[in-house]
Amino acid sequence: MRLTSATEAIHQIQGTGTVSNKTPEMKRRQFLAGAVAAPAVTLAASATRAVAQPAPARAAVPAKPQTVGDTQAPSEQRIVTSGKVGGDFMVDCLRALNIDFVASCPGSTFRGLQESLINYGMNTKPEFITCLHEEVSAAMCHGYAKIAGKPMSCLVHGVVGTQHAAMPIYNAYCDQAPMLVMAGNVGEGTSRRPGVEWAHSAHDQATIVRDYVKWDDQAANLQDFAEGVVRAYDIATIAPMGPVFVVVDADQQEEEIDPKEKLFIPKLRKRSQPMGDAVAVAEAAKMLVAAENPVIVAGRYQRTAAGPQLLAQLADTLNAPVLDERSRMNMPNRHPLNHTERGAALLRQADVILCLEPMDLFGTLNNVTDLIGRPSTPKIRPDAKVIVIGTTDAQIKANITAYERYNQADLGITGDAETTTPSLIQAIEKEITPNRRSALATRGQKLREQSTGFMKAVYAQAAMGWTANPISTARTCAEVWEQLKTSGGEYTMSSEANFLSDWPYRLWNMDKPWNSMGRSVGGGVGYTAPASLGAALANKEHGRITVSLNGDGDLLMQPGTLWTAAHHEIPILYVVHNNRAYHQEYMHVQRMAQRNQRGIDRAHIGTTIDNPNIDFATLAKSYGVYSEGPISNPVDLGPAITRALAVVKKGQPALIDVVSQPR
Amino acid sequence: MIRHLQVYGAGMLAGLLVAGSAFAQGAPNGNTANGKKLFETVGCFQCHGYVGQGGGAGPKLIDPPVWEAFIVQLRTPRQQMPPFTAKVLTDQQAADIYSYVQTFPKPADPATIPMLRN
Repeated sequence: MRLTSATEAIHQIQGTGTVSNKTPEMKRRQFLAGAVAAPAVTLAASATRAVAQPAPARAAVPAKPQTVGDTQAPSEQRIVTSGKVGGDFMVDCLRALNIDFVASCPGSTFRGLQESLINYGMNTKPEFITCLHEEVSAAMCHGYAKIAGKPMSCLVHGVVGTQHAAMPIYNAYCDQAPMLVMAGNVGEGTSRRPGVEWAHSAHDQATIVRDYVKWDDQAANLQDFAEGVVRAYDIATIAPMGPVFVVVDADQQEEEIDPKEKLFIPKLRKRSQPMGDAVAVAEAAKMLVAAENPVIVAGRYQRTAAGPQLLAQLADTLNAPVLDERSRMNMPNRHPLNHTERGAALLRQADVILCLEPMDLFGTLNNVTDLIGRPSTPKIRPDAKVIVIGTTDAQIKANITAYERYNQADLGITGDAETTTPSLIQAIEKEITPNRRSALATRGQKLREQSTGFMKAVYAQAAMGWTANPISTARTCAEVWEQLKTSGGEYTMSSEANFLSDWPYRLWNMDKPWNSMGRSVGGGVGYTAPASLGAALANKEHGRITVSLNGDGDLLMQPGTLWTAAHHEIPILYVVHNNRAYHQEYMHVQRMAQRNQRGIDRAHIGTTIDNPNIDFATLAKSYGVYSEGPISNPVDLGPAITRALAVVKKGQPALIDVVSQPR
Repeated sequence: MIRHLQVYGAGMLAGLLVAGSAFAQGAPNGNTANGKKLFETVGCFQCHGYVGQGGGAGPKLIDPPVWEAFIVQLRTPRQQMPPFTAKVLTDQQAADIYSYVQTFPKPADPATIPMLRN
């Protein structure tokens, strides 16, 4: 839409200065206002001058009318809308994409869309989830996607909200988790209110996060928005998945839609995932069937509910052991071919190694010692063949090195590993001769027999420090599992477990696709508490229990997460692994002190979170969350978990502060 | 990187020989109370846990190795453990820690812990 003589008049009315020879885009609300005003005004210069004063200049209401303007509303000043506004259409778009939730900390650059969500959309599908920080909003999307298997959206304030959300967007990018980030913006300078609105707008806001989103868009109009947001969703959910960033312009949100405009929402494509090339898959099958000691390593393998059983089927077909790197819920952890417990030994003897969506291929296949010079040694035989199936290489960006060190491989198959698995199983079946089948079965039998000793060894290790005070991480995990195991598998362990010596993966029975959700991968501390809440939001409709074994340092990044849990009645159990330190960093500083041969008793400076100790139970109570603790005597832990789980089963959040051993 | 590996390997071997000859006579008498204090302040507990239970960052110290192996590992460690040189931890202090480590309670038989049964 271009300026007409009518709109030139309106520019003069609004005091926007001399009409230039250029023909800038006319704003829709100006057009509509002009349409109303034009018949009366007739665009005569004298008339425009006559109506030029009242709009912005109306003063406080005088006690007694002094001018005509004090008793008559200015007919030319549109002060309400009467039809559908742009934000309403945006809600239609989100509904078309089946977005159930929009998590957000409010901000004026998306006030139009927020109002549309709650009044046009009546706060259902999507429902507005109130957060106290954009880091919570975006991290909730990350956790939600890993359990729901689809993206949710977060709505962030222009520029400042985007910067707050940057950390969890980065984690999601590293973890290849989809989310739809919508950021407010007042695109046109002439539309911005003076002051802070200028600080909260940008010409190209996506530059803040462009290094770690899959795609971004800044629509020029509502139709452009519709196509952009559908494209964004489409891109986000193609493997390798990732966050997408869509700028929602304030004027587009707030302006009334011209009834003559034929807006439409494109249909989302029914999308298949990229699958490995058949010839390459056949070659992989040949190598695997011929191998004497093949090993399967699962990184970010699992993508759908079918993933864990498919991987088990692949292992069963090949009679090969699986090492689960626990970045996803890859494989039932008590399957007799899940040999994660003896990973190093298996890699040492492997002749063919199949890596499915590796996160860090170099780190998987090499030991890097954290000594001066960072010496590395291979974990595998020099003649071992390596096959990689994955999509990570299709998404690498130049700047941030989350792609890890390059490692050679003998065969690289570009394709989503889970999607490729059925064809690989078929190809393996085709390759196995009767004689070979017998040999494979013998190998499988031996592996299955070896697995019977795993739990005995795990229990023997867990018994160490069983009565310790502070409480051992093994004891905490065993106590939680003791009460969770009657849930029929209807639970999610939502936290990263490497800081807990991986005890949940070792002690709990995990055989459902929602039993765990892996790691943040980006390693941005502050992920666990809000991402767990996102998982709990996804689990709510299924009645599943979400348990976050949450680091104290992590929770302290965004304790306001607890308020959102209470406010929206999202059932989740937070068990705070309270070792009163940024323990990983404590160990790093300790390492430096020892290397430099000085002050080895001073590594606590700047790394511990004590003196005073933080009272997480009181903190949680202040946010309206049921809580207990601090608990440091292991005898007190079981009853506290019972009481807290009773609260969770009633649909509310609960927190237990457990004073813990370091790991 | 290869050069580093060679240096590292040679250094470790030398360390083993020296340490082995120096401490082949058995552990010096250690002060257990001081050992506890050191264990909890100079970093041991961080990887091995307050009661030597071990975990993802370090192996258990319950039932520790013999003194000779203990001091070699302390001074010229294998794998990821950072070294404790004599400059920051004297032989006597190491002996104190060793004395304390030996007091760690033996773990219960997991079969007697109901939670640790299938």
